[in-house]
Amino acid sequence: MSEWFEHFLRVFFETVHNVMPIVVIIICFQLLVIRKPLPHPGKALLGFINLMIGITFFLDGLNIALFPVGELMAKQLSAPEFMNLPDGQASSNWRDYGWFYLFGACIGSAATLAEPSLLAVAHKAEEISGKTISAWGLRIAVSLGVALAIGLGIFRIVTGTPLNYYIAAAYTVVIIQTIFAPKLIIGLAYDVGGVTTSTVTVPIVTALGLTLSSSVPGRNPLLDGFGLISLACLFPIISVLCYAQLASWRAKKRHSNHS
Amino acid sequence: MLGLKRFFKLIISSCFDLMPILIVVLIFQLLVIRQPLADVGQLIIGSIMVVLGLTFFLLGLEQSLFPIGEAMAVSLARKGNVFWLLLFSFLLGFGTTIAEPALFAITQKAADIAGSAHMIENSLTAKADYALALRLTVAASVGVAIVLGVLRILLGWPLHYFIISGYIIVVAMTPFAPAEIIGIAFDSGGVTTSTITVPLVTALGIGLANSIKGRNPVTDGFGLIAFASLLPMIFVMTFGIVR
Repeated sequence: MSEWFEHFLRVFFETVHNVMPIVVIIICFQLLVIRKPLPHPGKALLGFINLMIGITFFLDGLNIALFPVGELMAKQLSAPEFMNLPDGQASSNWRDYGWFYLFGACIGSAATLAEPSLLAVAHKAEEISGKTISAWGLRIAVSLGVALAIGLGIFRIVTGTPLNYYIAAAYTVVIIQTIFAPKLIIGLAYDVGGVTTSTVTVPIVTALGLTLSSSVPGRNPLLDGFGLISLACLFPIISVLCYAQLASWRAKKRHSNHS
Repeated sequence: MLGLKRFFKLIISSCFDLMPILIVVLIFQLLVIRQPLADVGQLIIGSIMVVLGLTFFLLGLEQSLFPIGEAMAVSLARKGNVFWLLLFSFLLGFGTTIAEPALFAITQKAADIAGSAHMIENSLTAKADYALALRLTVAASVGVAIVLGVLRILLGWPLHYFIISGYIIVVAMTPFAPAEIIGIAFDSGGVTTSTITVPLVTALGIGLANSIKGRNPVTDGFGLIAFASLLPMIFVMTFGIVR
């Protein structure tokens, strides 16, 4: 028990250490520039401690349970024995990795649903839009985008095609969607890409990329392992813009039916 | 009493947030890989910790991070001094990014790649210098990004012009950047925005949009994170070209 407590304290202070710069900036500005005390200093401090405890528990729980299991499963699914290849050699044919695509897409989208920063932004968006934007709808749209991104990213690693083609194509789609999408959603949609790739998604996606690029022959984990995150950053923008487009079409249809 | 009720409500919603991952793991383990889970005890303890962690995080978010961010944005806007607001924005972006563990990991790896590709001397000090320079570049880019985003909210310029021209710059720069840096440049946009940065920066944007007349918090308040994931790509590629 005491060993566990020591470990907990170490992780806790690491978290505190990481957020120290922000706390210093906020306190300096509050005291020197704004020159007013914080509205509810006691509550703010309590909230800050809660935040630190939350992040500590969250990261530690992920490290104990989910990351090792996910990594082990990724290894098992990309092993030649599992894929039933005749000569026991690893394959570089993209068709042989069927289960891996499915696993990557599922675990990526499930991880997105547990992403704390996305939760925060989704709640805020629901609150300030007066429930026009639903938090769950937004999160599901994002998680579908991540699933698609990871499926495509795995295909890219297996086939070894250059990343910038995918990025350029996705940019083109986003630009076209921007022209037609409801203006209300654009800021949120652009934000969501950066929001998604955070505490849970980044480690899982990185582990997938590294496992795969070290088992596919001819791939270098140092070079090809990168890139999944940038796709996971872009595709949610596309899926959220789609979601908004569909919602506004449905609203228009309902409106025209009534009149 | 009300606090306790809220706490239990948050615990239950956190369970729902974690459920999908557990379902995916179980289904694949039992039906596809067809082997028993390696360590069920660890998985259960870890899951309980994740649920508790999410609950405390959300509590703290409502109590401190969101209100502080918005209150500071409002009082800085009321002060009417653009310089302090922009300095605050820059420091917020720079300060949250420089301490980000994910960025630390990715720059370390980037230095290893550069070392093995003989872009820099393959020694420990050269690699440490390279990683530090890259980290400073990314942190500065996030600082500049928040400043740009705040300026945009102040002046009411449409967001998509910025983002689209940013995309065009990224695509146009790619052919000129060294191949080793491209993957890192693209990924650096995603890793910079962490669990603390996102709510704080979002609150800053919404607070600003709320306190300026004629701005709508939904259309104008969002968009800061978008800048923070776009500019690092441009800065890191420039770093790769200049070096």
